[in-house]
Amino acid sequence: MMKTWQKRNRGEAIRSWIGWMIFIIALSAAWAPIARETQWEFLPTAPREGIDLLSRMFPPKWSIFPTLLKPLMDTIHIATLGTGLAVVLAFPLCWLAAGNTTPHKSLRYLALFIIASSRSISSFIWAFVFVMIVGPGMLAGILAIAVRSVGFMAKLSYEAIEEIAPEPVEALEAMGASRAQVRAFSILPQVVPAMLGICVFRWDINVRESAVIGYVGGGGLGLLLNSAINALYWREACLILLLVFALVLISEAVSAKLRARIAEW
Amino acid sequence: MATRTWQRPSKGWWDRPAGRWAIGITIVVYLVIALQAIDINFARIARGWARLFEVGVGTQTEVVGQKIGEILRGLGESLAMAVIATPLGILLAIPIGFGAAHNVSTKWVYYICRSITVLSRGFHEIVIAILLVKMVGFGPLAGVLTLAIATVGFYGKLFAEAIEESDGSVREAVQASGAGWLQQMVFGIIPQVKPRMIGLGLYRLDINVRESTVIGVVGAGGIGATLETTFDRYEYVASAVILALIIGLVFALEAGAGWIRRRYL
Amino acid sequence: MPILKITGLEKKYATGDLALRGVDLSIDAGEIVAIIGPSGAGKSSLIRCVNRLVEPTAGSIEIDGIDVVSLSGSQLREQRSRIGMIFQSFALVDRLSVMENVLCGALSRTGFWASWFRKFAEGDVDRALTLLEKVGLSDHVNKRADALSGGQRQRVGIARALLQKPLLLLADEPTASLDPKTSKEVMTILRELVTEEGLTTIVNLHDVPLAKACATRIVGLSAGKVVFDGPPSELTEAVWETIYGEPEMAG
Repeated sequence: MMKTWQKRNRGEAIRSWIGWMIFIIALSAAWAPIARETQWEFLPTAPREGIDLLSRMFPPKWSIFPTLLKPLMDTIHIATLGTGLAVVLAFPLCWLAAGNTTPHKSLRYLALFIIASSRSISSFIWAFVFVMIVGPGMLAGILAIAVRSVGFMAKLSYEAIEEIAPEPVEALEAMGASRAQVRAFSILPQVVPAMLGICVFRWDINVRESAVIGYVGGGGLGLLLNSAINALYWREACLILLLVFALVLISEAVSAKLRARIAEW
Repeated sequence: MATRTWQRPSKGWWDRPAGRWAIGITIVVYLVIALQAIDINFARIARGWARLFEVGVGTQTEVVGQKIGEILRGLGESLAMAVIATPLGILLAIPIGFGAAHNVSTKWVYYICRSITVLSRGFHEIVIAILLVKMVGFGPLAGVLTLAIATVGFYGKLFAEAIEESDGSVREAVQASGAGWLQQMVFGIIPQVKPRMIGLGLYRLDINVRESTVIGVVGAGGIGATLETTFDRYEYVASAVILALIIGLVFALEAGAGWIRRRYL
Repeated sequence: MPILKITGLEKKYATGDLALRGVDLSIDAGEIVAIIGPSGAGKSSLIRCVNRLVEPTAGSIEIDGIDVVSLSGSQLREQRSRIGMIFQSFALVDRLSVMENVLCGALSRTGFWASWFRKFAEGDVDRALTLLEKVGLSDHVNKRADALSGGQRQRVGIARALLQKPLLLLADEPTASLDPKTSKEVMTILRELVTEEGLTTIVNLHDVPLAKACATRIVGLSAGKVVFDGPPSELTEAVWETIYGEPEMAG
């Protein structure tokens, strides 16, 4: 009999087939409400609208550039202060959340819940919460950025803590070092580069977010973007967008450089 | 012989006393400058707190009862947008990812594809959503397109990096057997990066679900608009219900993603 | 009075593996005991029960008259500070310097903030430098631990353990990650130092000739039981077979 070759055995083939079926069913289920809610009559005019929008945006209104410098600085402040506040909150949290350093299981679950909740809600929604409580402005933006970043940083940090080499920890425990000393001498040195990298990475993301968080009341450039668009000053909006774009590119380049330095340190 | 002493040698300028002082002073000066920019309005904060307790809990829960249908519909629409946009974005991102990986691309294609990913990542979802709503009108279609465009930049960049990190010798072996470029990709590259592709896809789905709850603020469908209204009217119980539902949705999604990772990776 | 007295020691892991089935062992001060036996005989479990890195299931362990099994919290920490340990994987903190790794041996008698600011007692610093000299690492004091070779790293491990000024030294396969030549060098240094200090030492070794050369007493462990206990000279071919279940390889 001729031997045949098949890529998958029968079980794998069935599993893969079921996977694709679930995928297709999910897609069609998801498409139905979107198709229903969409005003399709606008779709054919979209290219024309796009070109029209671009023509109204260019050339950007360079004359307002000086008035953008203060909001630009505010944006950087929001990102930096938000990141800083998040570091202060996330540092203790990650030690509670890591399975190998938590003082108690119940504290670990509490920490994990805080982390997951913080991460599930985007900065913009957190901004709504803080605009409601402290009013619109930079403070709401900073708090929103901080609260969103806590979960992100604590999650990546506690994962780094859980991934450390266990032998040095065991060695220090075996020679009678105190709990705090074991953490300071065998765990912390192993995770410091990762934690620094996480801070820089999140700062970079936060610059991106704080550039537009003003759109929902968080201060910075986004505030101006909102008023420019509401007033249909598209040439001003264009300049703000270009500035945001440049800011994002620069912060990303700075962050990549710093993280490369930290990684080889 | 006198007892010898030892001091930990400094690891760099930042590790010497002068360097530490310089860093400390810089941080303090920065904090003073940045905190001055914030301009905290204590009267507004007090008013915000007071208003939180003004609306009776009875009225609050009534609001939830009235809005629950709208809330669930909005949440479903958010999820649907993410479910459609993620595969759509990945589909577009895969060719761009190949183009943006310098080891399998040509110079010009590389620059074009890189520019596309940079352009896409340079603008926050909310900005993309604003422009798309202008083009295709209010509704979830703008949201789907927004998330898909954001996915292209994110996935394209990380997919390109995965290709660049893959083992070149495998591709060379395939090449040596006389395979064309497409065959080299399918047999020499994709098998290596497939787990990363699935992992990144799940990660992006997670991000898209979170973002899909926000972009409704600018009219791009989903729960965002409803959520914003509850905050504006201090219907905080309704807001809390929505936030809890979002957290629950992201939790469920993460559990599902974990299941897929264990089963298929 | 023996410095270490083990009676009826049993260890059953959560997986159901019975690693130790009633070990009795009594070790006097100044002895260098090599524990040999095939993989899975329970060598590592035995040594790790002594400083409670592994919790014994039954039996008693007395060190200098103190029952180790019942200790907990700060008492256990104090007891552990009197037991030095050398690990197969060296267990150094890679990102700390050689000197900082050695000074870890003095952590138990140094307060947290003093250790954080690297203000160790003068005597400890001096002794650490002396020990580094003795293990031949004077030129590497401020190098990062991950910049050293395997043999050098294990010598840091030895210096660290000796800085504790322990009553008892445990070494768990100290040469298993090293090549034969380096193994011999490391064991020679270890034996010289413990002899010089008159330190009671228990060392797990899978290399029997090396064990015979270094130890004053050999304990053969097989399937969680002591099957041989005597001086190296009594380790005959027949004894070898009872430990390893097969004759000694020629050459």
